[in-house]
Amino acid sequence: MSGRLEVMKTYKLYINGAFPRTESGRSYEITSKSGEFLANACLASRKDLRDAVVAARAAQPGWAKATAFNRGQIMYRIAEMLEGRADQFAQEISLQTGVSAKVSMQEVTDAVDLMVWYAGWSDKLPSLAGATNPVSGPYYNFTVPEALGVVGVIATIDKPLLGLIEAIAPVLVSGNTAVVLASSSAPLSAISFAEVLATSDLPNGVLNILSGQQSELAPWFASHMDIDGLDISGLPEADRAAVKEAGVENLKRISAFAKTAEPGRILAFMEAKTIWHPIGN
Amino acid sequence: MNFEYAAAPESRSVVKIDPEYGHFINGKWVKGSTHFNSINPATEEILSRIALGTASDVDAAVKAARNAFDKSWSKLSGRERGKYLFRIARIMQERAREFAVLETLDNGKPIRESRDVDVPLSAAHFFYHAGWADKLEYAGLETTTAPHGVVGQIIPWNFPLLMLAWKVAPALATGNTVVLKPAETTSLTALLFAQVCQQAGLPEGVVNIVTGDGSTGAAIVNHPGIDKIAFTGSTDVGKLIARAVAPTNKSLTLELGGKGANIVFGDAAIDETVEGIVNGIFFNQGHVCCAGSRLILQESIADEVLEKLKRRMEKIRVGDPLDKNTDLGAINSAEQLAKIHELTAAGDAEGANRWTPSCALPDKGFWFAPTIFTGVTQAHRIAREEIFGPVLSVLTFRTPAEAIEKANNTPFGLSAGIWSEKGSNILWASQQLRAGVIWANTFNKFDPASPFGGYKESGWGREGGRHGLSAYLKGSAK
Repeated sequence: MSGRLEVMKTYKLYINGAFPRTESGRSYEITSKSGEFLANACLASRKDLRDAVVAARAAQPGWAKATAFNRGQIMYRIAEMLEGRADQFAQEISLQTGVSAKVSMQEVTDAVDLMVWYAGWSDKLPSLAGATNPVSGPYYNFTVPEALGVVGVIATIDKPLLGLIEAIAPVLVSGNTAVVLASSSAPLSAISFAEVLATSDLPNGVLNILSGQQSELAPWFASHMDIDGLDISGLPEADRAAVKEAGVENLKRISAFAKTAEPGRILAFMEAKTIWHPIGN
Repeated sequence: MNFEYAAAPESRSVVKIDPEYGHFINGKWVKGSTHFNSINPATEEILSRIALGTASDVDAAVKAARNAFDKSWSKLSGRERGKYLFRIARIMQERAREFAVLETLDNGKPIRESRDVDVPLSAAHFFYHAGWADKLEYAGLETTTAPHGVVGQIIPWNFPLLMLAWKVAPALATGNTVVLKPAETTSLTALLFAQVCQQAGLPEGVVNIVTGDGSTGAAIVNHPGIDKIAFTGSTDVGKLIARAVAPTNKSLTLELGGKGANIVFGDAAIDETVEGIVNGIFFNQGHVCCAGSRLILQESIADEVLEKLKRRMEKIRVGDPLDKNTDLGAINSAEQLAKIHELTAAGDAEGANRWTPSCALPDKGFWFAPTIFTGVTQAHRIAREEIFGPVLSVLTFRTPAEAIEKANNTPFGLSAGIWSEKGSNILWASQQLRAGVIWANTFNKFDPASPFGGYKESGWGREGGRHGLSAYLKGSAK
């Protein structure tokens, strides 16, 4: 036994660029696959979710107004920061899920590469998803895709890092801000990822990360009137109908995705705006 | 000198209305079990008796649509499918006058609008989508080329034929088959469209039309054999449908209500703007989900705009919808008229100031004079709720930021208008407004190539253009 006691990390929430504990003062134990204690994660409450939505809403206009080039650069910077800490993330994934070092490193490099892939869409997708429309009359008419607003994400459980990146990258790249519920059983990677964000020039509030239980928080994501869209890919099929039903109150755009890398994941959380103007002198 | 217009009524002899109609299922007319009256809202004359579709009628229609999808429609190449749509477009053009007169009789809208807007745009919609049928692989990043299958479509009474075209044309172009329910008060042009399908030789069961009321609509929404629902109507009903569909695998698009802001900046060209305001709220009696029903005037020009607007409103001709001079026709139903009375009474009670021009209204039928309310605040019901009638609520602003804040202060997000002579201001305002359709220095323009649909509680998805087409194809995302 070595003579030095390890300094362990306290895992907290990530809201508005800060690392607060849950206001509820609750935590839950995260263990390794073999049952060994890893950390006490915050058990986020409805109030934490609401605080996170307030932060996301406040940050949204500024993030959407940033140039596509700027958003792409910041997202690329996130990939850089992630790459630099690949070993730490791989180790943390293996601890939580019990996969081999090789498998966890693959998840990390996949996550980095996926972040780079989505980052590059920032200044390309609007060219492909927008249109000029040849209307029958003396009008200039064009359609531009715009960010939806604040998007809630319920991340998939089994891949603690990749499941997070595949959901948040397409949401953020278009100018949305997000509140994400990390993998309930393996949230440590998401909280460590917040440390990456904090060194990536991502404005405060653009991405907010909660750890907690799906069963407790999913209904509040669904019914929150200031969340515009919801990615429920991480929810089991059986739990999706109730969330969709509750989301109807403000007609949330709710989607679940099977594929990791596809432009459709970006477009699902965008609105098409069409503008008419007469032509003449 | 007298500048009054002499009456110029369009002849109704061009239309033949049967005393009673059944449903159009599997290419044939099927007798209904019970019927209700369809009346001319301008005269209260009974036009025909319309079948009240039951769950078993809907079931028969869905079976016919499924059979057509499996046996004929999905087997056709896109090119051949497109040719049917071209045929339909041409026949609608050939029978344009018949459609226009029938629409005006059944709906109450001025013949000038049914003739110049509804019918030509409906035909154009089929013509536009016909050309998509064999080009689906180019329809976008987010879609496959696979249709959903059987599509249930429920449409409103404000643009009966045009809403049918917005629904049916993209559905057929993408290879879906259709069960359509027209609105309870306006079934006649949909039933005439069934004859167009027959004349076009459309394979039986590809388009099925079941008439009826909300119970018929519910039977469509809840039918397990339907793969996709498309609805245009009120936000309340849209939410009911969305809840019903939530536990199923049906896909859903919704075109719902609106409370469109029409913002006039101090540098706007006033005369054009006044025309635009009138078109924005009085087109189709204000029965328009994207109507410019909240006029938001910069204080510097508010008095001038209101004075000119009132002068212009004195010239609006209200009366016989079949008269080619008529600007404002009949309110579509007694029920809708009652709703307009209820909301405008709330406007009075809450302290807004009502003004109407001096216009005589016919004795029979359902009528409401063009009306504006000034002194409206954002808390007033007439600033928040959709009136769906010829009623304009006027608010004012000082700074552009205040205009945007007021415009966006609504759960709806369908349309908005901007009046300004400064290009950079128009583009800035366009970016700030949370609405799916922005009309700058114009209002209430529609085109098959132009996507239409709302942000927020104004709906899900778009209709028209490439964006609208994608709603009828299976997504690439699951």
